[in-house]
Amino acid sequence: MGYLGGFLVSLRQIGRKQRVTTQYPKEKAPKPIRVHGRHVLNRYEDGMEKCIGCELCAGVCPAKCIFVRGADNPIDDPVSPGERFGYIYEINYLRCIHCDLCVEACPTEAITETKMFEFSFTNRADAIYTKTELVVDDDGMPQKMPWEDWREGEDLPTSAWMRATSPSGSAAFEGVVGWSGELGYGIRAPEAAQEIKDSVTTPLDMIDEHGHGHEDHAPGTAEHVSPGHEDHADDERGGDL
Amino acid sequence: MLSGDPLLSGQIDLAVVLIVLLKVVAVFAFLLVATMLMIWFERKVVSDFQNRVGPNTAGPFGILQTLADGIKFFFKEDLIPDRAERRVCILAPLLTVVPAFLLFTIVPFGGDFSNGHDGSVELFGHTTYLQLADPAIGILFALAMSSIAVYGVMLAGWSSGSKYPLLGSVRASAQMVSYEAALGLSVCAVVLTTGTLSTHGIVMAQAGSGWGGFIPHWNLIATGFVPFVVFLLASQAELNRPPFDLVEAEQELVGSYHTEYSSIRFALFFVAEFMNSVTMAAIIVTLFLGGPAGPALLGPGWLWGIIWFLLKMTAFLFLFVWVRSTLPRVRYDQLMDLGWKVLIPLSLGWLLLLATFWVARDQQWNGFVTVALGAVVGLTGYGLLKGAIATSKARRLEGVVD
Repeated sequence: MGYLGGFLVSLRQIGRKQRVTTQYPKEKAPKPIRVHGRHVLNRYEDGMEKCIGCELCAGVCPAKCIFVRGADNPIDDPVSPGERFGYIYEINYLRCIHCDLCVEACPTEAITETKMFEFSFTNRADAIYTKTELVVDDDGMPQKMPWEDWREGEDLPTSAWMRATSPSGSAAFEGVVGWSGELGYGIRAPEAAQEIKDSVTTPLDMIDEHGHGHEDHAPGTAEHVSPGHEDHADDERGGDL
Repeated sequence: MLSGDPLLSGQIDLAVVLIVLLKVVAVFAFLLVATMLMIWFERKVVSDFQNRVGPNTAGPFGILQTLADGIKFFFKEDLIPDRAERRVCILAPLLTVVPAFLLFTIVPFGGDFSNGHDGSVELFGHTTYLQLADPAIGILFALAMSSIAVYGVMLAGWSSGSKYPLLGSVRASAQMVSYEAALGLSVCAVVLTTGTLSTHGIVMAQAGSGWGGFIPHWNLIATGFVPFVVFLLASQAELNRPPFDLVEAEQELVGSYHTEYSSIRFALFFVAEFMNSVTMAAIIVTLFLGGPAGPALLGPGWLWGIIWFLLKMTAFLFLFVWVRSTLPRVRYDQLMDLGWKVLIPLSLGWLLLLATFWVARDQQWNGFVTVALGAVVGLTGYGLLKGAIATSKARRLEGVVD
């Protein structure tokens, strides 16, 4: 067809049902399990708040969007176990960049992030979340504001990112529980290691690390490297969700 | 314009005025609705070409999207830059919209052309054509209006008091002026073949059962395809549509002449652009595809005129969108090369050939000799043009070396 061949190429696309776009507000593309969304303030299984008002999150925040003030626990009605509790806790979502540094800094896993980032407020007061909005409810679920767009499952893996990381940074501790229990969930199982999708682009030392206590917690690497582990690899990964 | 319509000459009573008023309102409304639908159609079809969905929220299939956009534009803040030439700046969008409206007045959009009828219809006891005006100058009016539209673009860019709009408007005027020549020359071929400037006359000349009873008597065939192709290409450049949308090349010129415009003034440029697309499709249909002429299958003939007209027009509008979604934008020198070195010589040569054939038929010259001589002259001209272009290119390269 020469010069006109391109017209057929474009014409063939007409009427095809395949679409590169999604109907966004109606349907949403699936989110990665460790996506950074709106924060929650967690509570222990007995209902006590985890926040101790240490202000480390406020100190590490690059956007300076967190404001925390601690206070001594009332002796007759303590808010958190121990000496101090987060008396004021505010996050300004007009500034927050969802970098998750506050989650990393928190010594008590008090602040974690949900998977929900679709929220739009119409005034500044709504944008500043206080403890009233951030603390999880009595079932351990995030509170849902009217201007937030929660979808199925977005409120469940609230601490996924934290639980996926080995506390000491050493790969040998991956999958070892190093966190406290949460209200409504108890001590949550470790997140499954992320599947190695491409053995070409993954560094060799990351693939070849089985035999260091990894058989117990079935990281995705074991499946790929040693065929013998396939039979019990599936049932042990992914404790929740 | 009344005097232009020969059927309205003589005594003018209330009915005549009413008919004219009715036609004005009808054409105005048709053009507005057609433009609205064209914008929707273009967005929807381009999305389909690109595996997207397109507007689908406002109304069924998103058909009211344009309306929603228009309402939104009215409520936007209207900014005029400090350094802008205020009066011209306000005038410029109107200068693009008004010719776009006027252009449609000469287009025959209906009428009974089947079975040897002359396309006239009965309205309030008067015979009239289904077109707003049928001036004797006809198609020249269309060329004049499309030339005036250049002023809107040019003045908009100049009066904005800003660099990119100025560059864009210089491009626009150069492009439109150079393609106007090719456009005019291919219209000349049509005028030569039909022997009339009046659009109604042009449609009449193409009506009837045609060659062999089924091949329509269209100028597309009668003028030998070349003027049609030239007109189609030049019209795309005249409309500033892709692949000739250098005026609005976002990568180079921001938004070009409408960069500094906002609110409804900005929207007016786009209304004019899409309105011109609709009108240009209508004019192509009128000139080359017999306009509303076509067989009446069942029911009243005047209705079939409108149906044929809309069908042909929609086909061309689809073609415009198809071209837009297929071809990348040409470079500026390619645009000028195509205009000056290909389209203008081609249409000029073809016009001369056509003229020769008409004279030969009138003077009873030998057909074979005419064709042979025409071919020889045409080929010589082509060779000379090629030589001239090659020489000038060589000179230019020499200059670079020096």
